[in-house]
Amino acid sequence: MRTPLRPLARILHARQEGLNPDSIEKENLKLRHEAMREKARGRAQFRLLILCASFVMAFGAIGARMGLMAATEPMEPRASAPGAEIIAQRADIADRNGRVLATNMTTHALYAHPKVMVDPKGTAQKLAEIFPELDPKALERRFTDGRSFVWIRKILSPEQMQKVHEIGDPGLLFGPREMRLYPNGTLAAHVLGGTSFGAEGVHSAEVIGTAGIEKALDARLRDPAQGGKPLTLSIDLTLQSTIEEVLGAGMGMLNAKGAAAILMDARTGEILALASLPTFDPNDRPNPLVDKNAEPGDSPLFNRAVQGVYELGSTFKIFAAAQAMELGLVTPETMVDANAPMQWGKHKIKEFEGKNYGPLLSVTDVIAKSSNVGTAHIALMIGPLRQQAFLKSLGFFEPTPVELVEAPGAKPLIPKKWPEIVTITTSYGHGMSASPLHLAAAYAAIANGGVAIKPTLLKREGQTTGVRVMSEKTAMEAVKMLRRVVTEGTASLGEVPGYEVAGKTGTADKPKKSGGYYKDKVVNTFASMFPASNPQYVLIVTLDEPQDDTLSETRRTAGWTAVPVAAEIIRRVAPLMGLRPKLEPVAVDAVTAASN
Amino acid sequence: MRPVLYVLSFLALIALGFWAYRENYATQGALKEVESLQRQIVGLREALTVQKAEWAYLNRPDRLRELATANFDRLGLLPMEPSQFGTAAQVAYPRATLPDISFTQDVQGTLSTDAEGL
Repeated sequence: MRTPLRPLARILHARQEGLNPDSIEKENLKLRHEAMREKARGRAQFRLLILCASFVMAFGAIGARMGLMAATEPMEPRASAPGAEIIAQRADIADRNGRVLATNMTTHALYAHPKVMVDPKGTAQKLAEIFPELDPKALERRFTDGRSFVWIRKILSPEQMQKVHEIGDPGLLFGPREMRLYPNGTLAAHVLGGTSFGAEGVHSAEVIGTAGIEKALDARLRDPAQGGKPLTLSIDLTLQSTIEEVLGAGMGMLNAKGAAAILMDARTGEILALASLPTFDPNDRPNPLVDKNAEPGDSPLFNRAVQGVYELGSTFKIFAAAQAMELGLVTPETMVDANAPMQWGKHKIKEFEGKNYGPLLSVTDVIAKSSNVGTAHIALMIGPLRQQAFLKSLGFFEPTPVELVEAPGAKPLIPKKWPEIVTITTSYGHGMSASPLHLAAAYAAIANGGVAIKPTLLKREGQTTGVRVMSEKTAMEAVKMLRRVVTEGTASLGEVPGYEVAGKTGTADKPKKSGGYYKDKVVNTFASMFPASNPQYVLIVTLDEPQDDTLSETRRTAGWTAVPVAAEIIRRVAPLMGLRPKLEPVAVDAVTAASN
Repeated sequence: MRPVLYVLSFLALIALGFWAYRENYATQGALKEVESLQRQIVGLREALTVQKAEWAYLNRPDRLRELATANFDRLGLLPMEPSQFGTAAQVAYPRATLPDISFTQDVQGTLSTDAEGL
C-alpha cells in the first residue's frame, strides 16, 4: 500500500508543534525512494543470477560434451547412408578392356602373444609342421624369452589358417590383411612390378608398390579419393599373352638369353603389349641379384624393353635417311657413295661380312641392303648438329616418360663429344645406346606421319597431339623404304601375307665390360610397322644373344632371328586387333549352294 | 473449464511420452538393422572381390590356352589367323526349300493364263 507523502495526522501534529511539515514530506519521499531503489536492486540481482546460471549451463553443456567426446571410443556414425564412402583399398589395375591385372584379396597375418600362450613348446612344434620354413627351436625361444608380441607369418592361406585354428592355443591370433593378387601370374609382370607390405599393424597393413607401375603410380593407386576406381592400362591382355607366348617360343628356338617385344599404337603412343623375357611371378617376386659381378640382365626382374639400353644397330639407319629427305638433301632415288670399305681418319667403316654394295647405291637401296657406308655418307651430309637435334626430337636423349619406376633410371648412353666419326657410327646405330622403347617411340613417329609421341602405359582417350618432327611426305617415303626392306631386303622373312609389314633389322655386337665387342654375342632387333599403306602399329622385337643353328651354318643376324619371330607375332596379333588382311581371299568360282 | 484443460494436457503428455518411447526404440531398431546391413554389404563386397579375382584367375590366357589344347578334339579351337577373315561372297547361300512333290506324273504343254485363272 502506498504511503502518502504528507499524512494528514502527522502534518497537523507538526503544525501544532510548530515544526515545518515539509520535513515530513521530505522524509517520506526519501523512504519511498529507498524502497524503490531496493526493489530495483533486487530485480537486477535476480536477472544477473539468471544470466549467470544460463552461462554456466551453456558452458557446462559444451564442456560436458567435449569431455564425453574425448573420453569415449571413436566410432563411425551408425546412421550414415552407404554409397559415397571412402574406400581405403588399393585400386585395382585393369587392362584396356577392363580385364583384371591386379586386385586385392582379404587374407590374414599370424601373430602371437606368448604371455597368454598355454603350451609354447607344443605350439612351436605344431606351427613348424604347418609352415616348414619355420624353425621350431627358434620359434620356441622367441615364445619363451619374455616378449609379449611375436609376428609369425605375413600371409596365410585359408587352409593354413584352419590348421592354425586347430592348434587351438589362445596365444595365436590373426590380423586381417589386404593382399595384392595378380591373377594372370607372370603375364605383364614387368609392367605391373610388384608390391610389399609397408607399415604393419595388427588390424591392417599398408600395401606399397615396389616396382613397375605399382610403384610409379603408387600415390594414384592408394588415393582414397579415387574411390577404388580401377587404373586402366593401355595393355591388352590377349595381345600381351600372345606376344609373350610367341616370343617365348622364339627365344627357346633361337637359344637366346633374353627377349623383349613392344607393340605400340603409332598414333597415340599407347603401349598395347610390353614383354620382357625371362619373366617372373609378381605374386612371389624374386629377390634382386646380390652378386656384384652379375649383369643386371641376368635377373628376371630386369625389364629389357625399358631398362635394356643396347646399341640398336642398323635400325637407326632410317633416321638418317628420313632426316636427309626432310632436309631436301636427298630423294629416295638419289645415288650415294657406298663404296666399302670407307676410310675415315684412322677408322675403317665396313659392311656386313666385308661386302661391297657400291660404288653407288640409291637411298632406298642403302636402307634395303642395310649399307653402313651409304648411311655414313648420308649422315655426313646432315652433319653432327642437325643429326643430334633430330635424334633429340625423337626422344633419344632422354629417358622414356613411360609410367614405370624403372624408366627414369634407363638413360640412353650418349657419346659426350660428337665428332664426325660419332655422326657416322650413330647413323648406323653404334656408339649410342637406347632402349627398345625409345626405338618404338621413334618408329611410331615415322609410322604416324611424322609426329613425335610420348609412349604411355595408360589408356588414352581420343587423339593425342605431339610435335611434328618431319613432314608427312618424308614419313611416307621412309615407310616405303622400310617396306622395301621386307619385300626385297634384309628382312624378307618378315613378310606376313596381307599385312604389308615394313621394318628394319638391326644387329649389334654386344660390348665387353672390359671394352671392345664380343665376336659371337649380338643383340638382334627388328623394328617394324604394319600395315605399310596406313601404318597403325609399331612392333619392336629384340633378342639377346640368339643364334639360328637350323641350317648348316650358325646365323646371328636379325634377319634370321628377330624377323621371323616378329613376323609370327604380327601374324597372330593383327587378326586379334581386328586388322583385316589386305589380300583378296581365294576366289570363289560361283555362288555355292549348301544346305544349312 | 480449467480442470478439464489440465486433465486433457496431462493425457496429451502421457500420449506424447508413449510416442517418444516407441520412436526411440524404433530408431534403435532401425540403426541396428542398418548396422547389420552394412556388415552384410562389407561381407558381400569382400566376396565379390574374391569372386572377381577368381574369375580373372580362371580366365587367365595361359589356362584358356591349355584348355583349348586339351579339348581340341571336341572344340577344334585354334588361334585366330589372318585366313579366317572372309568376304560376304564366301558365305554360302542356304538351300531354297522346295515344296514336296505330290504328283509324279509328267505334264507337258502350255498353260493358258486366262483359262487356268493364274
